Amino acid sequence: MILNNSILNVEDLVIRYVTEDGIVEAVNGVNIKIEKGKTLGLVGETGAGKTTTALSILKLIPDPPGEVVKGNITLSDIDIMKADENKMEEIRGEVVSMIFQDPMTALNPVITVGDQISEAIYIHQNVSKKEATEKAKEMLEMVGIPGNRLGEYPHQFSGGMKQRVVIAIALSCSPKLLIADEPTTALDVTIQAQVLELMRELKKKFQMSMLMITHDLGVVVEVCDDVAIMYAGRIIEQGTLEDIFRSTKHPYTEGLFNSIPSIDDRKAKLKPIRGLMSDPYDLPKGCAFCDRCDYQMEICKTMKPEKVHFSDTHFVECHLYNKNKDFKLNNGGK
Amino acid sequence: MSETILEVRNLKKYFDTPKGKLHAVDDINFSIEEGKTLGLVGESGCGKSTTGRVILRLLNATDGEIIYKGRDIRTLSKNEMRELRKEIQIIFQDPFSSLDPRMTVSEIIEEPIKLNKLIVDKEKRFERVIELMDLVGLSRRLINTYPHELDGGRRQRIGIARALALNTKFIVCDEPVSALDVSIQAQILNLLNELQEKLKLTYIFITHDLSVVNHFSDDIAVMYLGKLVEKASSESLFNNPIHPYTQALLSAIPRASLDNKVEKIILKGEITSPINPKDNCRFADRCNYATDICREKEPELEEVAPGHFVACHHFKG
Repeated sequence: MILNNSILNVEDLVIRYVTEDGIVEAVNGVNIKIEKGKTLGLVGETGAGKTTTALSILKLIPDPPGEVVKGNITLSDIDIMKADENKMEEIRGEVVSMIFQDPMTALNPVITVGDQISEAIYIHQNVSKKEATEKAKEMLEMVGIPGNRLGEYPHQFSGGMKQRVVIAIALSCSPKLLIADEPTTALDVTIQAQVLELMRELKKKFQMSMLMITHDLGVVVEVCDDVAIMYAGRIIEQGTLEDIFRSTKHPYTEGLFNSIPSIDDRKAKLKPIRGLMSDPYDLPKGCAFCDRCDYQMEICKTMKPEKVHFSDTHFVECHLYNKNKDFKLNNGGK
Repeated sequence: MSETILEVRNLKKYFDTPKGKLHAVDDINFSIEEGKTLGLVGESGCGKSTTGRVILRLLNATDGEIIYKGRDIRTLSKNEMRELRKEIQIIFQDPFSSLDPRMTVSEIIEEPIKLNKLIVDKEKRFERVIELMDLVGLSRRLINTYPHELDGGRRQRIGIARALALNTKFIVCDEPVSALDVSIQAQILNLLNELQEKLKLTYIFITHDLSVVNHFSDDIAVMYLGKLVEKASSESLFNNPIHPYTQALLSAIPRASLDNKVEKIILKGEITSPINPKDNCRFADRCNYATDICREKEPELEEVAPGHFVACHHFKG
């Protein structure tokens, strides 16, 4: 094996949900690589397959109806596909942990926050209950909550505080990879700013890698090094922050940028992407974005686009660049 | 200058709770001109939605006046109120829970027309439903579908069509796009804009997202714990935010751009309890500039520049 720095390596992942109404093709060949200490932003709209991809890394896809059809996931040199449930229990919390969108439902309402934090520490680390509680207090203080609130229940905390508790639990065993699924979407903007600031600090402190799932390109700018844009179960464009923001290539990425109301330019007209995401029960034969694309060509309807690389870091899946890599979008790059 | 359609004077709404009086809306004043949009901005619990509901009398105000076209809504009789409801409407945040799951699209849009006996003839009513669906960009083939078959954007279009079904002049839009994906959000915002122009509507646009109101509003009022802390034209507010809370709120918005980076102002702590608040500046506990006077005396909303009002002891433009 080639020696590398990558913490997470996902190759050609395909996941589908088999339901009574048909087969939902949720993830259709996704590749992700995250290096030590780096943060990848996985961006896309509802139903793009972001969360399904994340859950598969933890082996938490509900089966049935979920079914991992193929692919490889290597997490810190562990082959997730071959790991059994016992092994996964060791991995979850220790090597990888996850923060969910809604802090209101992520915590157990009848257990004190102290016990919820120390549980993970007690299970994974060889310590006594007392030591675990001590460490839990440290964690709580690290996320900015007074240690003496250890004995309180989740309902006694506000939304922002609950998310801090969730972060404390996730980081209690210093995981190598943190998956954050829309961690600030349910929070108010001023609280969001506090939590993002905290996450940036902790990431640095623990030298942790992060997979940040979000629909908000503004949040991406604040915490991510690299960005992967997901649409209908595929990563259709990926690059560094610079690549994606300054030389946008995919029409969908461009559409996302044009849809965001800009706070600094109030005269700019919003240009929404027309239509809706294609039905995941019945994905088109060609490019999945074809029906909504302003640059649509004949070939797009019949053939799936291949990857076109612009540099080591930046690629796009779009027919526009097949022959002419210099093709410029109307409004490419911001 | 166009005419003032709505004026709110010293509006208060208190709720009784076991712990004391919850001051949801506490003595606020503002007015809106016909055909314009007022953005009412603030975070969870600041009283913005309560304000919207009190204006429509979905909740009864504790005190104050709500003057709509010269008449105080609070003094209207039940019949007069029913008459008025044909003009003033609301669009809710969550298109998933605000539509009756057992009614088809056409039934939902038709209901207010039928109940108000606006069009008695069944066929004509059906024509009106089609017209409304066209107006909000709902494809005619969806006429017999149920809400659960549709996505959030289409559901929100149904909510809008229903709000427009009568002789609507004034709409309270309560976070109409916050539950939607960005690409769909832009579609709905553009639709609301077009409708405003076409039908000369007046909006109160309630939202927590300043970048959305920026696109939309003529005037903006920023609320914090039941109080208005700053009120100005959008242009003035965005170019020159004066209240420390407005400044923090503006700086906290994650910007989707690598250029024009803004120094973030991170506020301490979180919103305090609106139950039995003290007579001081309600933002004082989180403010980076708070001094003794802020903890002792409540600042009044003062005009610091033409049309620009701020309630702060220290920042006066």
